[in-house]
Amino acid sequence: MLLAVVPLAAPQTPAPAATSASATSGSSKAANEKLAQLEQRVTAAQSSADNAWMLVSAALVLMMTGPGLALFYGGLVRRKNTLAIMMQSFALMALITVMWALVGYSLCFGHGMVIGDRFDTGSVIGGFEHAFLRGVGAEPNPDYAGTIPQMTFMIYQLMFAIITPALITGATAERMKFSGTVLFMLLWFLVVYAPLAHMVWGKGGLLNAALGGRFPTLDFAGGTVVHISSGVSALVCALYLGKRTGYPKQPMPPHSLVLSFIGACLLWVGWFGFNAGSALASNALATSAFVATHFGAAAAALGWSAAEWLKNGRASALGAISGAVAGLVAITPAAGFVAPIPALVIGAVAGVLCFGMVTKVKSLFGYDDALDAFGVHGAGGTIGALLTGVFAQQLINPIFGAGKAVGGIDGHWGQVGNQLVGILIAWVLALVGTLVLLKIVDVLIGLRVPEEHEVEGLDITQHGEEAYNLET
Amino acid sequence: MMKLEAIIQPSRFESVKDALREIGVEGMTVTEVRGHGRQKGHTEVYRGREYTVDLLPKVKLEMVLPDKLVNRVVDTILKTAKTGKIGDGKIFLSRVEEAIRIRNEERDENAL
Repeated sequence: MLLAVVPLAAPQTPAPAATSASATSGSSKAANEKLAQLEQRVTAAQSSADNAWMLVSAALVLMMTGPGLALFYGGLVRRKNTLAIMMQSFALMALITVMWALVGYSLCFGHGMVIGDRFDTGSVIGGFEHAFLRGVGAEPNPDYAGTIPQMTFMIYQLMFAIITPALITGATAERMKFSGTVLFMLLWFLVVYAPLAHMVWGKGGLLNAALGGRFPTLDFAGGTVVHISSGVSALVCALYLGKRTGYPKQPMPPHSLVLSFIGACLLWVGWFGFNAGSALASNALATSAFVATHFGAAAAALGWSAAEWLKNGRASALGAISGAVAGLVAITPAAGFVAPIPALVIGAVAGVLCFGMVTKVKSLFGYDDALDAFGVHGAGGTIGALLTGVFAQQLINPIFGAGKAVGGIDGHWGQVGNQLVGILIAWVLALVGTLVLLKIVDVLIGLRVPEEHEVEGLDITQHGEEAYNLET
Repeated sequence: MMKLEAIIQPSRFESVKDALREIGVEGMTVTEVRGHGRQKGHTEVYRGREYTVDLLPKVKLEMVLPDKLVNRVVDTILKTAKTGKIGDGKIFLSRVEEAIRIRNEERDENAL
């Protein structure tokens, strides 16, 4: 998301005019003062505009988790687990927020810690410079977003850290303990999310494309950081936890596709804040990302539906909304780099591919990714990150400097290799980190509910309440 | 006195109810039920997983009738509940020994 900083910096400084004016004569002191004042006002006006958009975007991204994702997932589970899955999303809204204030923001976006004299963690993770939000105030942080208060940047980034672990709950649904979920997510945020966010978006990060990372990976709004990390971790969770009791023999149809439908539509709208907001300013790049996002979602909804129609003879509502979400996932890394027509291509490919993942691949391997967190976010995120390397254009975002090719169709096919490195690191970190953390939490407090609780439902056994008390 | 139970298609319920009221049926008890006879269920597909739904929604009407009304009621239900397709349901008749109105302890046909 900080990738936008480069193209932004240029139009923002009308400095040359000021210097030439001051050089002419001493009598124009008043004129100079007026110029300086004007400059200040222009900066303030731009900051106001950018800040307004970024605060709205932050709210939109929070809306993706609650109620968007909570409804989307809530409708897909059986009635007895509705509140439990919604509560997991909601708990993360609170939990990650507190963690973010204490150390999270600093680990993701602070400078690296220097250990001893030479070793700097900065290529992998930030230090404690901004712990307890020290130094995060009204002043912009020019490394990331030069026109908005750093506090705005901080709260915007927090919303991404909230939704990422919430996505994983789609794989652990209907069988993971609430206590185990809370502890696992807390550790996961520190061990998997924070390093990955820092590597891709943090200053000095190994994969940072805007600030001179060693393997510049293009990830506009979180294809690797949010979707690959959560999707791959979801797969590990599904494998570690094992299948739900009765899966796949016993029918487990979604209990309310109406809820899922509303959730998916809220996700679509919220995603404008996620992707267009990642321009970190209210500028043309934000418009471009907004358009790409919308086109990607639409093409993917059609792609999934078409594949389903060919295979089953019908296009389902669940298929259409799942396709849209898959497209939104895939366009996330690409949003601020690709033109509208390539966005349609990326969406269509993701729609068809994710349809294959959840209908064919899942049953082929037999893992119980209950709500398809891996099939949609892991697969969609990976294909999106790869295709970003193909379709990124300097015309849209000259991230590597003016006149320098960005993606494959610009002639810089090496970028696909960089994307692969980023994808690989995200996969490995998510695989290993998640596996280790699951083991630790399993030993400490246990992960899975006893079978009789699973049968009774997590709403009653984990939270002591029911989603629907229709007789009362 | 006869007890009549009719299991019918939900889509026909409103017509059946109106027709029965017209011929003088004064009360009935209605339940939404699920079941199947010879009618096979259908399949639903969610993200590639196929479920066979073999218990289908039906409406069950229950009423206890004075003997003289039974034939007309049966005819009316047969006429109005029929769509001609498998799954239209069934009518069961059984004899009732006694009926008592709780409010004033009236008995038998007076209680209906």
